[in-house]
Amino acid sequence: MARAVSSRRKWAFTILAWTLAFLIFFPILWTILTSFKTEGDAAAIPPKFLFFDWTFENYGVVQERSNYFKFAMNSVILALGSTFFALIIAIPSAWGMAFSPGKRTKDLLMWMLSTKMMPPVGALIPIYLIFRDFGLLDTRGGLIAVLMLLNLPIIIWMLYTYFKEIPAEILEASRMDGASVWKELVYVLTPMAIPGIASTILLNVILAWNEAFWTLALTTKDAAPLPQFIASYSSPEGLFWAKLSAASTMAIAPILVLGWFAQKQLVRGLTFGAVK
Amino acid sequence: MATQQSRTLGRIAVAPSVIALFLWMIVPLAMTIWFSLLRYNLLDPNPFCSILSPAQLFDEANRCLAGTTNYYYFLTDPAFFKAMTNSLLIVGSVLLISVVGGTLFALLLDQAIIGRNIVRLMVIAPFFVMPTVAALVWQNMLMDPIIGFISWITKSLGMGAVDWFTHYPKTAVVIIVAWQWLPFATLILLTALQSFDEEQKEAAQMDGTPPLSFFWYMILPHLARPITVVVLIETIFLLNVFAEIYVTGTGGRAGNLPYLVYQYGLLANDIGGASAGGIVAVVLANIVAFFLMRMIGKNLEG
Amino acid sequence: MGTISLKNVRKVFGDHVIIPGADLDIKNGEFVVFVGPSGCGKSTLLRMIAGLEDLTSGAIAIDGKDVSQAAPSERGLAMVFQSYALYPHMSVRNNIAFGLKMAGVPKAEIDSKVAKAAATLNLTDYLDRKPRQLSGGQRQRVAIGRAIVRQPQAFLFDEPLSNLDAALRVNMRVFIMQLHKDLGATMIYVTHDQVEAMTMADRIVVLNKGVIEQVGSPLELYNNPDSLFVAGFIGSPKMNFVTGPEATKQKAHTIGIRPEHIDIIEGKGTWNGKIALAEHLGADSFLHVDADGVGRLVVRASGEFRGKEGGAIALKPDMSRLHRFDEMGGVIR
Repeated sequence: MARAVSSRRKWAFTILAWTLAFLIFFPILWTILTSFKTEGDAAAIPPKFLFFDWTFENYGVVQERSNYFKFAMNSVILALGSTFFALIIAIPSAWGMAFSPGKRTKDLLMWMLSTKMMPPVGALIPIYLIFRDFGLLDTRGGLIAVLMLLNLPIIIWMLYTYFKEIPAEILEASRMDGASVWKELVYVLTPMAIPGIASTILLNVILAWNEAFWTLALTTKDAAPLPQFIASYSSPEGLFWAKLSAASTMAIAPILVLGWFAQKQLVRGLTFGAVK
Repeated sequence: MATQQSRTLGRIAVAPSVIALFLWMIVPLAMTIWFSLLRYNLLDPNPFCSILSPAQLFDEANRCLAGTTNYYYFLTDPAFFKAMTNSLLIVGSVLLISVVGGTLFALLLDQAIIGRNIVRLMVIAPFFVMPTVAALVWQNMLMDPIIGFISWITKSLGMGAVDWFTHYPKTAVVIIVAWQWLPFATLILLTALQSFDEEQKEAAQMDGTPPLSFFWYMILPHLARPITVVVLIETIFLLNVFAEIYVTGTGGRAGNLPYLVYQYGLLANDIGGASAGGIVAVVLANIVAFFLMRMIGKNLEG
Repeated sequence: MGTISLKNVRKVFGDHVIIPGADLDIKNGEFVVFVGPSGCGKSTLLRMIAGLEDLTSGAIAIDGKDVSQAAPSERGLAMVFQSYALYPHMSVRNNIAFGLKMAGVPKAEIDSKVAKAAATLNLTDYLDRKPRQLSGGQRQRVAIGRAIVRQPQAFLFDEPLSNLDAALRVNMRVFIMQLHKDLGATMIYVTHDQVEAMTMADRIVVLNKGVIEQVGSPLELYNNPDSLFVAGFIGSPKMNFVTGPEATKQKAHTIGIRPEHIDIIEGKGTWNGKIALAEHLGADSFLHVDADGVGRLVVRASGEFRGKEGGAIALKPDMSRLHRFDEMGGVIR
């Protein structure tokens, strides 16, 4: 808007916004702060805000006792692995649907959306039993397959909306210039779609990282990622809040950072391209 | 471009994902339906009641085929009705909070504010927190009646401490889930707001439109589609809330349909019953989705 | 070298018959313009020649060879798109070189060909820039360069000037005509702008709802339109059409006379009326006249004409330039 906003209005909104934002963010802030306290301080009433003895000991204990890095490594492997395999199938699919649409394409996309609507509980028992009988329980490979299928609809949708933004004429021009289908994909489509593919990867990493239902159900220790790590802290063992905070902070920190960068992608991906 | 060649190639390209998703959907669904018709318990002394040894199925002594008894028991279980109402309650409340709150927040964040980017980050952050972490943090550090932060505040204000999870477990769960999804709605709606045509705003200014009318007649219709999408997406995820209930141990009072299925299956080892429950959940989800699509389907580009 | 012929080319999409059946023979080196209103099928026809759309039936031959089933890259054609369709992630140099690279031409040859094309198009200074750093006119020239450098049998232009502003459009029109003279290649040019068609074409193909209404040189179409549609489409401002008693007098359902073929006289004319509106362009003026018993007519007057809006005016049409049409829209000769 070209007209300047009145200074008083600006300040009023600013104060209101900051207050509300602070309230919403508070639990996270509190967790991060508490992770640096001693257990005694963590349970203190009235709660201590900033004036306590800052210590890193909780982080050390958490890593020692429950080996954060193993879980984190699993989270990374699951997130990247499922993304990689999903992309291998999703890129051709999105390409086919975006550039050679048929009468059924829109229906196909809606159907893919609907597979995501199926309640995981409906599939839990069979998948659990199949995994058990084939020795896939608590394996990274098994979980990568599950996560890949879980998020495939979103990935395809997202790539589809990005591909649709590439003007078909440019691909036609490459066709006229004598490029075979393969060369067209490699020299023209992929370079133009890299931002879209990167965004999709980002989104999928976040979704896979936070996935709790399947990871809790299908892993115990070997392939267990961070949600499992945190769940194991839920049994009360006396004063442990500072350590819980440290564990939590370690679990959510990477995604908070990634998520900050991935906001735009998130909007596009999770609204199936309806909002950009 | 529309040539025979490109169309065939297109179909080949799409095939793998269609096959994969089809299997992912059909195989578990078919098996669940099958199991729901069996008397299949993991602790059963007759472990042959499984699809892997169909010969046993019709053995008189084992009587594996249970027909519709599983459904009968599941649906008449008093826990079922509670679980279903809880499912709908969670979905409804969180939708309400996140859409209304999200719209208001989005409007607020769209204004000229100092440090807008930091405010945005703070408001959006909860969505990225793992559900398990969110549940634990809220349960222990905020809502714990003895040393939780919120209790400290209420006690200081002379209102005494509220033991959320003992007295108001459903409310507690709704708060935790809403805390995570309000940012999602805010983010989506804020993005949509920021795509609002600057020229339309200026035209309204020239017409001297009062702010409330401007909101009602111009902004709300513009937000209709994003709100539709938010409702759709959130419903998909909210019907399947699990981690928050599991981790906070409120399954008894606030358990929803997924949790009930989990109870049947992994706690009571009653595969048959759990499968029946799973199918019921699928049916419920489809009904909800059907009505949703009908009501708001026209708003979607599709 | 660059002859193209279409035999009974037909395009059906679902239930829609887009092109019922088109026949056309384009000679080597001709500049042919496909012209018609939006949705008339001119772009579809061009794309079928290019190989970007399938034919439902019929045949297309280039230099006598049937290419109806051939892929675009096998037809030896180059196309300039309306939106230029430049590769955004490549420099101008690589954009122009892409076709040659795909054909496996050795690098040294590519470099010299690109340099020559760039020189012709005044793009030498921009060779290392990316498309987003160029103006509309420059991008258009890169698109043309990309086509030239492959030395195709024929050039296909799909409304290339529609996205340029008016002044640039005039310059580029002249540029393309000069290019045609220099290269001597066959060019098929699609536009909805009849001014472009008239000024650039050796022959014009007028399309209406997928049907080729008439093919001829610009002046042929101007002087001897075969149908009401062609008569009304060619020429700016539009030909005046009159129905009713005046037409019946001439033994026709509709008569047509161009604004420039109506004289303004003193006293009483064949048609008399009042000036409703006057458009002054400087060199000419166009008067919108409500003539008694006839209706609204547009008349061209010289720039010096002093009549005012509301004033009376007497008109004498040149009867030798009058066109007569029947109720089907066909011309009566």
